[in-house]
Parts: sequence; C-alpha cells; structure tokens
Amino acid sequence: MLLTYLKVFLVGGVVCLIGQLLINLTKMTSAKILVTFLLLGVLLEAVGIFDPIKEFARAGITIPITGFGSTLAKGAIEGVKEEGLIGALTGGMRAAAAGLSAAIVFGFLVSLVFKARTKV
Amino acid sequence: MLSKTEYLELDKKIAPKSKEGRTLFFAFVVGGVICMIGQGVSDLFKLVIPAADEKLLGEITSTVMIFLGAILTGFGIYDKIGKHAGAGSIVPITGFANSVVSPAMEYRSEGVVFGVMCKMFVIAGPIIVSGVASSILVGLIYWFVGVAA
Repeated sequence: MLLTYLKVFLVGGVVCLIGQLLINLTKMTSAKILVTFLLLGVLLEAVGIFDPIKEFARAGITIPITGFGSTLAKGAIEGVKEEGLIGALTGGMRAAAAGLSAAIVFGFLVSLVFKARTKV
Repeated sequence: MLSKTEYLELDKKIAPKSKEGRTLFFAFVVGGVICMIGQGVSDLFKLVIPAADEKLLGEITSTVMIFLGAILTGFGIYDKIGKHAGAGSIVPITGFANSVVSPAMEYRSEGVVFGVMCKMFVIAGPIIVSGVASSILVGLIYWFVGVAA
C-alpha cells in the first residue's frame, strides 16, 4: 500500500519534472506541454507499453495527461475490436467522455459562479 | 503541521538553491503529490464501490480530479500553486481542468456565449484536437493491421 503510493509519487513526479525540464530548456507554453504529453500517452498506448507502466506506477502515469491520451487510444482500439472501422471514430471519444464532459460542465459552472481574478 | 518558520527552514535545507533547480524540484514534488491524491481518490472509490472495474474507477477519478482542478482554479488557489510548481501543476489532469477554467473565467466579462463558451477551449482546444485525431489514427492503423493480417 505504502509502496504503491511511493511509486505513484516518484513516477508522477518524474513525469512532471520532465515537463518542467522541457519548459526550462525550450520555453514551451503550457498548451504545447499538455499536447506533447498527451501524444506521448497515445503513442505508449498504441505500441502497448502503457499498460506495463500503469501496472507499476498506477496513478503516477494515469493522472498526468498521458493517461488521457492512453484512454483515447485504448478506446479507439477497443472500438475497432467491437464494431470495426467505425469504432476507430467513436471509441476514443466514448472512452474519454467522462473527462471531456467533466471539463466542460465544471469549467462552465465555475466560470459562472466565480469572479475572474486579475492575472499577476 | 509545520509552522511557517519551520517550513521555511525545511525549505532552505532541502530545496535546491538555483532557480532552475528549484523549478524542477517543485515540479517533481507537486506533480508527485497530485498523482498521489489521484491514487487516493481511486482507492477510496474502490472501497465505496467494491464492484467497480478499472474503467469505471478511471472515469470517477478523472471526474473528481477535474472537479478539484476546476474548483481550485475558481478560488484562485490553483494558479498560486502553479506559480511555484510549473509543470507539476500543468501536466496532471487537474492542469487540463485549469487550462479550461482559466480562460473561461478570464473572458466571462465578454458574456456567457462569446466570452465563456467561445474562449473556454482557447488553451485546451489543441489537446482535444490532437488527442482525438491521433487516437482515430491509432484506431485506423489497428483496423488496417487487423484486415491485412
């Protein structure tokens, strides 16, 4: 149990550290960082390495946006398995629906309820 | 709990000195902690719903973490964390939520439709587009390999 959380902390920390390294070295914006890690997740899932990493690191790799990429790619693959070619189109969004819808609805509600703060 | 002075002393002792080193250190620690919170949420719901499979747990965890990221952004707390944590607060799924909520709040003054709804995905848009497009490509390749084999 404790070991799991240590692994989660270490792997999650290292993923974010790599992100920070990219920011420091290349001055990438946050959107580009997110896209990079998302595509990394898609790639890792596509070549079948994501699952073994997940076995080891659990939330350490699924909570970073790599997990979202993996969910999309896994969904597309599952979609093809279940319903053929059209599944490639429907599977990804279907699998990622929870995250996408949550971001939209919570984003919308929060922006209506809270007042914008001036950016510093 | 640590008092503020104790914290500052501890901070001096273990945090690296250079600016570069500090950004990496905070990204590592904050990113790691956010992932542990995610693991905690997942384990908690596994206790509440013992029958839940991995997919359902993943969906619940994403939803809860996005909710937390959104609400902390609403209170202005997430951006305060982000000032020190950099990628540690950007890369986790809470950072995705933050990238949706921040512009939505910022453009609220331009109205609900043209401000909030239009500008909500001004940062997160590329994530959705690239993620969905690449996953469809993966599905297509998988289908093609299956047909060819």
